Amino acid sequence: MNSFITNNEGIVLKYIVGTDDFSIVGEVSSKIKKVLKQLNIDNKLIRRVAIATYEAEVNVAIHSLGGYIEVEIIKNEIKIKIRDNGPGIKDTNLAMEKGYSTASTKARELGFGAGMGLPNMKRCSDEFKIESKFGEYTELNMKFVV
Amino acid sequence: MKISKVIELINGKILIGNIDDSINYAFSSDLMSDVLAFVNEDTALLTGLVNNQVIRTAEMLDLGTIIFVRGKIPSEEVVDLAKEREMTLLTTNFTMFEASGVLYKNGIEALRISYE
Repeated sequence: MNSFITNNEGIVLKYIVGTDDFSIVGEVSSKIKKVLKQLNIDNKLIRRVAIATYEAEVNVAIHSLGGYIEVEIIKNEIKIKIRDNGPGIKDTNLAMEKGYSTASTKARELGFGAGMGLPNMKRCSDEFKIESKFGEYTELNMKFVV
Repeated sequence: MKISKVIELINGKILIGNIDDSINYAFSSDLMSDVLAFVNEDTALLTGLVNNQVIRTAEMLDLGTIIFVRGKIPSEEVVDLAKEREMTLLTTNFTMFEASGVLYKNGIEALRISYE
């Protein structure tokens, strides 16, 4: 973990996601899942959060120049923010379409790149926002009601 | 169905795990994106992929049993990752079609998936 803050409001976890080593993709999501389990959050909700963070982690690793995942756990809500350092998405509406993908052969060999990641994150979360500036960054914000 | 019965039906081998565990459902796919998008219940996963991401995908979905088809055997690193998560890993020389067919014929059910 790269940082862990806890106060009366809740817990904030922040993890850096790299891009060089595909074999460790999923470690961050695995850590987040463990924390949620320790907090005795409902298993079905944990599963939805785990799927969404893992899809996001895979995306950061295969598409971006690196980034981070921030998890904020407050009383009735889990907020997840994923932000990368670019290269950004030209057309986010197109990227949200099922089946649209710009993934590399390498990503496809790992079992990804089917163009299902972003729609799946939207399906799993209670609130989903995507924002991107081409050439700069992509930021996803998801909310889950506890 | 007990894992021991699964092994017998698909002429498989257990790599790690417990032969007394059991499975009721199965989902077959080489595409982890689809596993993540469509699996909502506890199920066994049949796949020909043998990398870390198969274990990670199973972990996120709380899946306990993975059956590697077409004679695929994961590396020690991949097996270790599954071992830490107390998963059961099997391997069979059957194709995905045959392994799925034999299990289905003997009572393992398919997941009903939704297309939202």
